[in-house]
Amino acid sequence: MQFSKEEIAETIKMISFERLDIRTVTLGINLGGCIDPNIDRMCKKVYKKITSVGRDLVEEAKEVEMKYGLPIVNKRIAVTPLALLLDAVKTKKESTCVKLAKCVDSAAEKLKVDYIGGYSALVHKGFTKGEELLIDSIPKVLNETKRLCSSVNVATTKSGINMDAVLRMGKVVKRCAAINPLSCTKLVTFANAPPDNPFMAGAFHGVGEAENSINVGISGPGVIRAVVEKLGDADFGELAEKIKQTAFKITRVGELVGREMARRLNVNFGIIDLSLAPTPFEGDSVAGIIEAMGLEKCGTHGSTAALALLTDAVKKGGVMATSYVGGLSGAFIPVSEDKGMAEAVAKGAMSLDKLEAMTSVCSVGLDMIVVPSKTPAETIAAIIADECAIGVVNDKATGVRIIPMGKEGEWVELGGLLGRAPVMSVSKFSSSKFVSRGGRIPAPIQSLTD
Amino acid sequence: MTGKKERAVITVTGVDHPGIVAAVTTELAKLSVNIEDISQTILQDFFTMIMIVDVSSVKRSEVQKALDRVADKQKVKIIMQHEDLFKYMHRV
Repeated sequence: MQFSKEEIAETIKMISFERLDIRTVTLGINLGGCIDPNIDRMCKKVYKKITSVGRDLVEEAKEVEMKYGLPIVNKRIAVTPLALLLDAVKTKKESTCVKLAKCVDSAAEKLKVDYIGGYSALVHKGFTKGEELLIDSIPKVLNETKRLCSSVNVATTKSGINMDAVLRMGKVVKRCAAINPLSCTKLVTFANAPPDNPFMAGAFHGVGEAENSINVGISGPGVIRAVVEKLGDADFGELAEKIKQTAFKITRVGELVGREMARRLNVNFGIIDLSLAPTPFEGDSVAGIIEAMGLEKCGTHGSTAALALLTDAVKKGGVMATSYVGGLSGAFIPVSEDKGMAEAVAKGAMSLDKLEAMTSVCSVGLDMIVVPSKTPAETIAAIIADECAIGVVNDKATGVRIIPMGKEGEWVELGGLLGRAPVMSVSKFSSSKFVSRGGRIPAPIQSLTD
Repeated sequence: MTGKKERAVITVTGVDHPGIVAAVTTELAKLSVNIEDISQTILQDFFTMIMIVDVSSVKRSEVQKALDRVADKQKVKIIMQHEDLFKYMHRV
């Protein structure tokens, strides 16, 4: 036999009992060729482009699922940041934005994809007219579309933090929440946003990408947790080694699926995002891995070190398994989407401050956190600014997906894979004067590498 | 026909009872699927039968449908996976 029965059994165990799956196959589509000063003409071109390039995405993904007996949980599309298209239109009104957004949303619906990302603007150094228009229209757009996701990049290591954009995003989050807090789950504010991230809400087909590409997000917190649990009292060297070996295997599955999907759709194979992405299902939790390492509850002292070890080992194992690594690549520590994380908040083990510290050693930032509905826009902006500072200074991607909803301590339901979470407390002290200064926090000295 | 041999791994997991092997192999024989190797193991306390089969000249969806019918009747879980999945995971 070419494989031992132990090897086959290991794979089956990962898929059937530990929730190993491909979290997302995301098709990136360049919409640059659709630019037109007339919005109606542009919408027609955009709809045609998305529905023709993405025509076979869902069907082919289902075929690949069947071929390998491996679930592909989400089939998604990422498009060129739509602010670039809005720059070209003559009539710059909110209704123009809504028209374009609805057109993109309806193309996603036609293709039966879960989400489509790209209602995005890159404003880390300043705003163009199209970008201002897009940002101000986000609340209306997210509440009038179903599948469209939005992201705004407000900072980079090379250009610093655009604090005007940060404050604006604090206000946009509040305006979204005022209409429907759940719309905030489709909006992320980034520092150093990757142009090839396959995960939502932050996926877009960035500048520098090929015409079309396939990017894959892997999963597997359940698999890693099972491995860590089995190791018992092993020392850190052994722990890291075993996580690396397992991350290698998980990533190879992503590589296989990515290459096969790219071949079937005849598009460029982009990257594998090495992130461990948790779900609210029992055991499929990054907090669960940290606790399996020997911490009573995720969030207690030692959690940052545990997460640093985990993220590093996943990257080291994963990087050997694929030719192209990209996206966010690390470990996600969302609150609502990770049952263990939400429970740690409810027990008082995890605070916003500890979560922020942990984001300096993982991949994505403050994700899916619920704060009281009365939290001022300026406080949300300041939370975003702090997260941007971590991203900019450490030259890594960080993001904030924050949902102002309910009262401190109560549980809120976000639905489905978005999970549920307790409302976390924020500082009672004002950040208003600081975030309202205006202008840009200059790029840090480490940006001068040339 | 490209001439390249394509194999799949079929795993049958469930509570052990007489007739499982016969039921699966009969269906495979009907579809002219050649079994190249067969072994057994215990996985999470469940009886698991592992078969390596040649699927070069058969329609995968038909085999899958037949296996789904057997799984339903025998009250077991049957998964068929292309060998590349195992190659990628376990071979560098």
